[in-house]
Amino acid sequence: MKLLELLGYFNYWVFAITLVIGLYAVISKSNLIKKLIGLSIFQSAVFLMYITMDKVEGGTAPIIKAGVEDQIYSNPLPQVLILTAIVVGVSTLALGLAIVVRINERYGTIEEHEILDAD
Amino acid sequence: MDFLSHLPALQVVVPMLSAPLIILLQPRGLAWAGATAAALASFAIAVALTVAVLGGQTQVYAMGGWPAPYGIELAVDSFSALVLLVVTGAGAGALLAARPSIDQQIEPERQPLFYSAWLLGLAGLAGIVVSADAFNIFVFMEISSLASYVLIAGGPDRRALPAVFKYLIMGTIGATFYLIGVGLIYMMTGTLNLADMEARLGDVTELNPILVAAGFITIGLALKAAVFPLHVWLPNAYTQAPHMITVFLAACATKVAIYVLIRFDYMVFQATLDDHDAQFALFLMPLAILGILVASAVAMFEGHLKRLLATSSVAQIGYILLGASFVSESGLAASAMHIFNHALAKGGLFLAVACLAYHYRDLRLDQLGGAAARMPFTSAALVVCGFSLIGIPGTAGFISKWLLITAALESGPLGWLLVAVILVSSLMAVVYIWRIVETLYFGDSGQGDVTVSEAPYQLLLVTWLVALLNIGFGLFPALPLALANASAALLMGYAG
Repeated sequence: MKLLELLGYFNYWVFAITLVIGLYAVISKSNLIKKLIGLSIFQSAVFLMYITMDKVEGGTAPIIKAGVEDQIYSNPLPQVLILTAIVVGVSTLALGLAIVVRINERYGTIEEHEILDAD
Repeated sequence: MDFLSHLPALQVVVPMLSAPLIILLQPRGLAWAGATAAALASFAIAVALTVAVLGGQTQVYAMGGWPAPYGIELAVDSFSALVLLVVTGAGAGALLAARPSIDQQIEPERQPLFYSAWLLGLAGLAGIVVSADAFNIFVFMEISSLASYVLIAGGPDRRALPAVFKYLIMGTIGATFYLIGVGLIYMMTGTLNLADMEARLGDVTELNPILVAAGFITIGLALKAAVFPLHVWLPNAYTQAPHMITVFLAACATKVAIYVLIRFDYMVFQATLDDHDAQFALFLMPLAILGILVASAVAMFEGHLKRLLATSSVAQIGYILLGASFVSESGLAASAMHIFNHALAKGGLFLAVACLAYHYRDLRLDQLGGAAARMPFTSAALVVCGFSLIGIPGTAGFISKWLLITAALESGPLGWLLVAVILVSSLMAVVYIWRIVETLYFGDSGQGDVTVSEAPYQLLLVTWLVALLNIGFGLFPALPLALANASAALLMGYAG
C-alpha cells in the first residue's frame, strides 16, 4: 500500500528528479551550451509539475458542449499558465544561445574556465 | 470610466507599446527623444497614482473588466506607489541624461533597438509592481530580466558577455524557483490572486506544500534581489553594463525583487503559516547582516570604481532586508524608506561615474587621480551622493539609517548588536567613499590626459538634480516618509 502511494506520485517524482538533473548540469558543466541544456531541462521539470496538477481524475478536455451535463473537466488554467512559461523559457534559451555565440566570437571558446583564464 | 481609473494599466502599457514604436524612429536622436518621452510619461503616471494613493485610495484595476479573483488584478497601494516612483523616476532620470554616454558606448545603428529594450525593461519592472497576481508577476519579472540581459550585454567590453551569461543563468533559476512556489500554492488554493491566496489559505489544512512554496519563493526572489550570498552575478553585471544602464538597474532592479519578496511574504505567508515571522527573521536576518558586513568589507578593498559601488549595493540590499526581517512596523518603514533613499544615492553616484567615464575610459581608482581638478562639478556631485550613501545627517541616507537604528533598538534585547553592525558598516562606507574622494581630490594627476574637461551639460544637470534631491529629501523627507509609514502599516495589517 505504501509503495502504491509512492507510485501514485509518479509524475511528481519525475518532476523532482528532472529538476535536480537540470540544476546539476547547470552547476557542474563547464561548457556554456551544456549549461543552457541543463537550464532547459530544469525549466521543463516545472512544466511537468503544472501539467500534472491540472489533471482531474475522469476529467476530459474543458470544452462545454450543449446537451452535455455533469461532465467532469480538467482544469485548463495551469495549461494556459505553462504555455506562457514555455514561451518565457524559449526566449531565455534563445537569448542565452545568442550570448554564447557572441562569447565564442569574442573569446574563441565556450568553455567557462578558458573564458575566465582569458581575462 | 474616466481616464484616471486606467492609470494602473497605463503605467505598463505606455512604455510597453512605445518600445516597438521606438525601433521605427530611425534617426537616433528621435529614438532617444521618444524613449525619454515615454519614460517621462510613465513617471507622470506614477506621480498621479501616488497622489491618488496618498488620498487614501488603493487604486485597483480589473484587466479586461474581469473582476478579481477570476481576472488579473492590478493594484497600487502606498508600497507599490513608493516603488513605482523609484522605478519610473530612475528610468526617466537615466534616459534624460543618457544620450551623450550612450552615443559613446553603443553603435548608432543599434541605438533604437537599445532604447526599445530599455523601455521593455521599464515596462517589466513597473508591471511587477502594479500586478496583484502571482503569475503575472512572474511574466513581468521575465520581461524585465530578458530586457536587462540585453541591455547589460550591450556593454562595450567583451567581459560583459560572460557577466551577462552568469546573470542569465542565475536569474532564470531564481524565476523558476519562484514559479515552482507559485505552482505549489496554486495547487493548494486554486488561486493566483495575492489577496485571495491569503483568504483561501486559511481553509487549507495541509500546510507542508505552502511551507515548501515559501522556501522556493524566498530563495528565488533572493536570487533576483542579489541577497548575500546569492549576489555573485551582481558586481560583474553592473560593472560591465553600459554606464547609463548601471544607473537605471542599480537604482531599481534589485529593489523590485525585494519588493515582491516583502509583499508576497507579508500578504500571503505571515498570516497563514505558524511561527512564520520567527522563521522569516531567523533565516533572513543573518543573511542581511552577513551581506552588510562582508560586502562593505569587500568594497573597502576594491580597486575599480564601478565594481566598488556595485559591491556596496549588495550591502545596501542587506539594510533593506534587515529592516524587513524585524517583522515590525518600524522595521518595514525603514526598509521602504531605504528602497527610496538608496535609489537616490546609488543612482546619483552611478550618474557621476557616467560623467567621469565620459572622459576616463579606465575606471580603476589608480587611473582617476586628480579628476576633481578637471571635473569639479562631477566630483562634487559624487561627494554629495556619497555622503547620502554613508548616511551623513542632512542627506536622504541619514533618514533611513536613523529609522533602521530606531527599529533595531525596538526589535528586542539584542537590538544594540544590530545597531553596532549598522554603525560598523557605515564606518566602512566612510572608508570606501573616502577612498574615492581621496583619489579624485588629492590623487596624483601626473600622467593623465590634460584635455579632460567637464562632462556634457545633459549628463551633469541630471547628476546634480539627483544630488540635490539627496539633500532635499534629507531635509524634507515628508513625502517618502508618509508613503513608507503607510506601506508599513498596510503590510503589518496583512500579517497581523
